[in-house]
Amino acid sequence: MDDILNIAFFLQALRITIPYLLPSLGATFSEKGGVINIALEGILLVGAFSTTVGTFYTHNIFIGILCGVISGVLIGLIHSYVAITFKANQIVSGIAINILALGITKFFCKIIFNSSSNSERIIGLETLNLPFNPFIILCVIILALSYISIYKTKFGLRLRAAGENPEAADSLGINVNKMRYIGVLISGALSGLGGSWLAFNQHSFTDGMSAGRGYIALAAMIIGKWNPLGAAVACLLFGFAESFTLQFQESGIPTQFIQMLPYVLTIIVLAGFIGKATPPAADGIPYEKKD
Amino acid sequence: MFAVEMKSIAKKFGDNFKANDCVDFNVQKGEIHALVGENGAGKTTLMKILYGLYHADEGKISINEKEVEILSPSEAIKVGIGMVHQHFMLVEPLTVSENIILGDETTDKFGIIDYTYSEKRIIDITERFNINVDINARVENLSVGIQQKIEILKILYRNADILILDEPTAVLTPQETDELFKTLKELKSKGKTIILITHKLGEVLSISDRVSVLRRGKMVGELQTKSTNRDELAKLIVGGEIDFAASIESVIFKNVILTVENLTVLNDKSTEIVKNVSFQIKAGEILGIAGVEGNGQSELTEAITGLREIQMGNIKVKEKELKNDYPIAHIPADRYKHGIVMDYSVSENIALGRIREKRFSTRLAINLQEIKEYTEKLINEYDIQLQNPFQIISGLSGGNQQKVVVARELTKETDLIIVNHPTRGLDIKASNFVHSSLLNERKKGKAILLVSSDLSELLSLSDRIAVMYNGKISAFLNPHDTNEREIGLYMTGLRGN
Amino acid sequence: MNILKKNIANGLGTVIAIIISLIIGSLFIAVIGKNPYIVYLKLFIDTLGNTYGIGQVLFKATPLILTGLSVAIAFKAGLFNIGAEGQMNIGAFATAWAGFTFESLPWYFLIPLSITAGFIGGAFWASIAGVLKARFGSHEVINTIMLNFIALALVSYFVNNVYFVPATIHTPEISQNAYLQRFDALTGLFKGSPFNISFIAALLACLAMYYLIWKTPLGYEINTMGLNKNAAKYAKMDIKKLTVLSMAIAGGIAGLGGLNFVNGYKHYFELGFSENAGYIGIAVALIARNNPFGIIIVSMFFGILEYGGLAINTIVPKEIVTILQGIIILTVITLSRIFDWETLKSTK
Repeated sequence: MDDILNIAFFLQALRITIPYLLPSLGATFSEKGGVINIALEGILLVGAFSTTVGTFYTHNIFIGILCGVISGVLIGLIHSYVAITFKANQIVSGIAINILALGITKFFCKIIFNSSSNSERIIGLETLNLPFNPFIILCVIILALSYISIYKTKFGLRLRAAGENPEAADSLGINVNKMRYIGVLISGALSGLGGSWLAFNQHSFTDGMSAGRGYIALAAMIIGKWNPLGAAVACLLFGFAESFTLQFQESGIPTQFIQMLPYVLTIIVLAGFIGKATPPAADGIPYEKKD
Repeated sequence: MFAVEMKSIAKKFGDNFKANDCVDFNVQKGEIHALVGENGAGKTTLMKILYGLYHADEGKISINEKEVEILSPSEAIKVGIGMVHQHFMLVEPLTVSENIILGDETTDKFGIIDYTYSEKRIIDITERFNINVDINARVENLSVGIQQKIEILKILYRNADILILDEPTAVLTPQETDELFKTLKELKSKGKTIILITHKLGEVLSISDRVSVLRRGKMVGELQTKSTNRDELAKLIVGGEIDFAASIESVIFKNVILTVENLTVLNDKSTEIVKNVSFQIKAGEILGIAGVEGNGQSELTEAITGLREIQMGNIKVKEKELKNDYPIAHIPADRYKHGIVMDYSVSENIALGRIREKRFSTRLAINLQEIKEYTEKLINEYDIQLQNPFQIISGLSGGNQQKVVVARELTKETDLIIVNHPTRGLDIKASNFVHSSLLNERKKGKAILLVSSDLSELLSLSDRIAVMYNGKISAFLNPHDTNEREIGLYMTGLRGN
Repeated sequence: MNILKKNIANGLGTVIAIIISLIIGSLFIAVIGKNPYIVYLKLFIDTLGNTYGIGQVLFKATPLILTGLSVAIAFKAGLFNIGAEGQMNIGAFATAWAGFTFESLPWYFLIPLSITAGFIGGAFWASIAGVLKARFGSHEVINTIMLNFIALALVSYFVNNVYFVPATIHTPEISQNAYLQRFDALTGLFKGSPFNISFIAALLACLAMYYLIWKTPLGYEINTMGLNKNAAKYAKMDIKKLTVLSMAIAGGIAGLGGLNFVNGYKHYFELGFSENAGYIGIAVALIARNNPFGIIIVSMFFGILEYGGLAINTIVPKEIVTILQGIIILTVITLSRIFDWETLKSTK
């Protein structure tokens, strides 16, 4: 009995982690390059909706995933344009996009499905007939690729330079803004993919279904000290905590306090109680060439 | 053969400021060439033109006797020029090797960096030129001296044959300076050409083969180091004989206002920047502090005005330990950063730091009328040119903005005035006004600490001049018995160390 | 004179931004086959064309004035208060709690008590972020966002587990002595709308902010810190104290945002009542350039959008309003950069 409980618990925790992990890895790319992306919440939502619509009409989950990822990239493009090219405030842009995403998804949901809250049912990953969850494998692969690309490739080195000391990078002939664009677009793609998972998992779209996961993803990134592996560990932590509350409803601790956990932890980490938590030095500051 | 020939280089900033005025500059291949001059003489501008960061308005450049056009640093790098800036361009959390290869990475077809290749190449260079660094260390953990070596390695990795170093020893300890010079000699012996921008004459004499002197944008001398001496160089840099200070009447009272005892202060990087400094200032006395920027003067004034912690020693005002609420008049060096709020009106700036004075406000309300009248009074007294007291201060000229700061500070009720580069960026008229204001306060019995890099200003205003070099006071001089050249010798460490 | 020119330029720019946003919004309307002109016309006529509509607009604008002020005061201090949503919820809950706990007190004690509880709740919540910044230097942006979620979880706990009314997501009703009357009950105006006298509290808060920033030494110091922190330091201002105080004041004002719903409308605290007013407040403060009186006008504009959305819901999904809100914010900050107006450029 205990064994079954453990495996089910473990798998559930992993499943719950997926929509935290993908946007969190995305956020890491964006912030390593020096751009704060709060719009992840909105991108998750848009990704989920696009996937739902795409799958609904084509009955093809690969098209659905493609829709999710592309919509994520497009929203990321808006954020890049506003934050990098126009150098407007990155926080405000992110918040605006989240509001926009909420509106756009509900608006078109009403038009397409006649309800601004719920879409119709779509097929999910079960149609692939795999004995395992493909998204979990996908996440592991993406995690590995993220780590390698950030720390082992030319792109990653230049991205990190753009986020830490854009002037130095510029002085060596690196196109800082191009690096930042790529970072943000990757964050859009990964968050869109996370949205796809949400849609498939629920087999439909519900308004506001991202439910704060984009913010938890940011929290995980901070707790993970802006390192993809650290972010992954933090996401797993949250995934397990949430799975725990679902399994053990009468644990004596009200669910709300478990819900608070990621946020309280982020505040503690940011305040420096668990070692230094410094973002890339140029994080949030638009780069303007001098002279 | 000439490695570098710059002919008739001209560069103007704005309408009036000629940073480089028809400058000819030539460097022989394989030599160490010093480019000297005061702050603002045009040395960095000239080198930034050579490195492609600035474009000259006029003039030609030839490298290895072939004429070239250098429009960007990457083009400079292509012709073999590398520049080590005064402010390092290093990415702190990355390792030494990552910093060196950044922008010039060698990768496989997936984009993965081939560290084996890069590291081998870097180690080759470190061995060839005898430069020792741990290439796997993170830059943020390394000392300034080693960080500088990384900057040199960066340009060697890109095959620089002509190295430009901008004030390289400004941030180094004496030991690190020795290390650097050893490296430079090694580089020279392997055929590299080195251009050294510096204001430290001792170093010029000890390491360079030839020296070129810029003064106010013009090239005023090109000499063989062997055949010149410190006096000749100093004279070229400063320009001719300097008249002695106009004598000011001695009005020194007896009582001591400010006592600084064994003061040691750390800078932002937690290194000692003021080292065991002691002095006193009496009522009615102006103590001038001379020195090249970066030798501890700013940190000294910050410590006295309570903006920086004291590491060791103490500061007393009128025999009592200096407390944070004791009002001190402080005219800061950078008025835009610290002295005024550009978005505020003139009268709002007059209230800066004084808003809580009883005449200007109660706890719950600002006395706008009083501030307005006070401002109008000061505008008259200090002859501030503007359109109206509620005008935004950004619309005033620099000189009048400074007058606002001076007016505000000098009319504070206090015995101690700290003044930092008070006439920087001001024209003659405004400067004279500031000077007479200071002398007025001196007559009233205030104690004044005057930090400035304008030697003639120091000579004409101070009762005594203390020279700061390397965090210590290397001399107390009497303005009547000294001149700019002698002060310069102390400032550049040639004497008194 | 410079100030006047700047204000006119700002105002003009804002109007242009809103027009551009309406044009972009009309694309969404057109894409689903409706006529944007007709839709916009209906929106403005239904909201402003009758007293019930105007009443609803003012009702919806009331909390936005307060959250807008909250964000604006923080901006004046150079701080970014994204936490108005959480501060508002904590404050609103405190207001309701005072209202149903001290129900026997007469109205002239209970109303001030209820209001004060709201202020203190919001102020306390915001000062957490203030202290974290002053003491540890950790940035208020992420901290206030985190605190928003913690606040929502906290009030959810109190409503569901402690002060619950079964089968609802709201608290027990507050005492009648804590009611803030509707205008239609008092004067017969704006008949049918829940527009109530908490609006007066909002207006008073505007006056208070104006007085604080422009007429008191504390306000001068806060403003200075926001404009040039270095100069403020050199002028020996206590940056740490000012940081915490500014956040506390900002939070307190946001905390009053619940009066409209709790004391003036439903008479209980309900989860989700705030409907993102805290985040819209950011838009209000930005567009109004942190000016208290501009905030009143901009809040009313957002109120028109909010209520107008309900009015056009039969033709076009009301979420078009949410889309417009997002687009307006993006357009304003982008245009401000193009024409280099006063707006935030970076977060540090």
